[in-house]
Amino acid sequence: MSGALVSPDLFTLCKVLITGIMKIQSDAILAGAPVGSPVEPLRGLAYFLMEDWFLTFNAWMIAITIMVTWAAAIQLLTMMWIERKFYSRLQDRYGIMISIWSLPFWPFSWWAKRRNKPTHRGLGYLQNVADGVKLLQKENITPANADSAMFHTAPVLIASSTVMIFAALPFSEGFVIANMPMSLLFILAAFSLAPLGILIAGWASNNKYTLIGGMRAAAQLMAYEIPLLLAVVALLMYAGSLNVIDIVHKQEALLVMLGPIPIPAWNVFSIPQFIGFAVFLVAIMAEMERIPFDIPEAEAELVEGWLTEYSGMRFGLLFGFKWLRALAGSALVVILYLGGWSGPVFVTLTPAVGATVIPIPIIPHEVWFLLKVYLLFLLFVWVSWSVPRVRIDQILNIGWKRLIPLSLLAILLAAYLAALGPALGGIR
Amino acid sequence: MAEFWVNMGPQHPMTHGLWNMKVKIDGETITDAAPEIGYLHRGYEKIMEVREFQKNVVLTDRLCYVSSITWSHAYALACEKMMDITVPPRGQWIRVISLELQRIASHLMWLAAYGPDLGLLTGLLWALRERELFLDLIQLLSGARMNQNFPRIGGVRNDLPPDFDKYCAKITKHFREKLKEYHRLFHESKIFLMRTQGVGRISLADAINWGVTGPNLRACGLDVDLRRLEPYETYEEVDFEPQVWKGGDGGDSYARFMCRFNELEESCRIIEQAIKKVPSGAYRAKAPRRAEGEGFARTEDSRGEALFYVIGDGDDRPYRVKIRSPVFCTMAATPLMLRGNKMADVVSILGSVDVCVGEMDK
Repeated sequence: MSGALVSPDLFTLCKVLITGIMKIQSDAILAGAPVGSPVEPLRGLAYFLMEDWFLTFNAWMIAITIMVTWAAAIQLLTMMWIERKFYSRLQDRYGIMISIWSLPFWPFSWWAKRRNKPTHRGLGYLQNVADGVKLLQKENITPANADSAMFHTAPVLIASSTVMIFAALPFSEGFVIANMPMSLLFILAAFSLAPLGILIAGWASNNKYTLIGGMRAAAQLMAYEIPLLLAVVALLMYAGSLNVIDIVHKQEALLVMLGPIPIPAWNVFSIPQFIGFAVFLVAIMAEMERIPFDIPEAEAELVEGWLTEYSGMRFGLLFGFKWLRALAGSALVVILYLGGWSGPVFVTLTPAVGATVIPIPIIPHEVWFLLKVYLLFLLFVWVSWSVPRVRIDQILNIGWKRLIPLSLLAILLAAYLAALGPALGGIR
Repeated sequence: MAEFWVNMGPQHPMTHGLWNMKVKIDGETITDAAPEIGYLHRGYEKIMEVREFQKNVVLTDRLCYVSSITWSHAYALACEKMMDITVPPRGQWIRVISLELQRIASHLMWLAAYGPDLGLLTGLLWALRERELFLDLIQLLSGARMNQNFPRIGGVRNDLPPDFDKYCAKITKHFREKLKEYHRLFHESKIFLMRTQGVGRISLADAINWGVTGPNLRACGLDVDLRRLEPYETYEEVDFEPQVWKGGDGGDSYARFMCRFNELEESCRIIEQAIKKVPSGAYRAKAPRRAEGEGFARTEDSRGEALFYVIGDGDDRPYRVKIRSPVFCTMAATPLMLRGNKMADVVSILGSVDVCVGEMDK
């Protein structure tokens, strides 16, 4: 079996790490301040460093920092890079090409010149960093007639609610901050907070374009959020749990052997859940504000929609966090329907170190998971750069007249098959 | 919600150029619209009175920088009628070729702009990619990518370059294949049809009364193409079919889109025929410096009916010039198309009308 790199979970690893570090410091202090010496009171500090609540607090802080850095920096940049590179190729051009050799200062410029490296023909991963730096240098303008407090609250609300998703969203069994019993509910709730921020931003900017954009976000919310949740309800008939890790575990079972290849019982391989999957894909695309449904910021008619009045890094934050939401959305689809991190079964290397056997996964769970997320995201990018944008009344039509009946049908079928499937010869 | 006016322009992604479409909206529905133009007014008709006949071609090039040759050609045609000179056959055929090349380049620019209007940025880059080929052809012919200064009173600036027919054949063949790609990107997209069909409808009677011409009028189902009705140059010797919306119930964004889109292929046909029929001989007749009389010419521009009326009083510069811009008249009819539609349809409608501010504001 392949295994996870982060195991048993992120918090425990951090606790082990911080306990080790603190133990070294504590031991050093204890050795430096023996009983009876003038610095004996320092021993109190040594005992404090090994207090359990202190270690736990630090472990949580480190776990959260690791997760935020991983998701909001590394994964965000990767998602942006994937999108920009891929749609450039769709449009018959190279796309971003800034590489480390493009940096205009020592030692990179010196080395590039010396080795005669092409400076602007790299992979382009650093372009997004460069854009971020540029946005940081720009002035933050608050419109004179804007509702200043609300105008400044909205980016915080949107950014924090997006980061909040990653408190419960797992990258593998262990790579998660909080494994709550109802984590799916938490994720979906955090997801749907952002339109509130959009509405606030649209109103507070005191601009007609942003107001229309904000109102559109509110109107659109109804159209996609309901089918999204109804599709999840259909899924719960099968999963029987609101915990995302349980949902993935449920999908690891063997469905059928296709020759030598085992097909796992992913949720998408069943009749009602496939309908739910289709509904969920469309709804999550609206949730991410990707192109067929990016009506709140339709740049053709609304300049930049609800984002119009934001500038500098505040704009960068709002704009960049769209990709973080795209990451969370793709990850959610992968977890709910595509088997999460359970990849094809690969043998682990089990070298014996002394008496203990350490299993080392060849392709760990985290890699499988990211691979699926990236591939799914590529699909989203592909769709969104090959279709025009729908109109606000059309997305309401799609939501209310197509997606909701379909998701209700999925619930009906799921309930029927969950109850009678085994009796009907294992139809799922 | 109360109705309010929204300015879509002069600095707005919807306006391809510098103008302002004021839209009165009730929620998302447009109740009224008022185009506000004149930001780019340069007083062409007056400037042309102080320049010599031949030198005015430089100015008319800049009437619409997306289709310079068609505008310069209309001016040259009016001057030739006033001076009573005829262009040699070779010059006329070269003119037909250059006009159609320019029409394709102009229509591709429109197609490129229509993509991002609807949120389809891929359409922009694909259309610009092929426009580059036609700009190369025009550059080969005239030496410039834009503002070519190519048609002259009495003919054209220079002869066809060597092997021009081969390049033309190669590029039109390539372009026809790419048209199928566009077809898949635009017409076969369900969302594209949702956004264009039944949007921005104008009745045939309204279109005629408001002076809408060109592809926008043909989209209403009326077969008006000045290349057929009032053939200039050698268009009567070319076999082509004016693109008219035949589906009935036209006049919407989709019909306008289809008429223009099909003209791309039709222009390819004209180029392929014309390049074979070019006779040998002179390509330019000597034009007099001074002229007296009246010249009146109207041509089928990429955007509609372009009209030039030139009066000479015996001096070497025109006494009076009148320009009729097709977009100027079409713009007056846009409130009719906009009313009752949704706000997002503004881009779908005005994109399909194909606005060029240079010629509109003159």
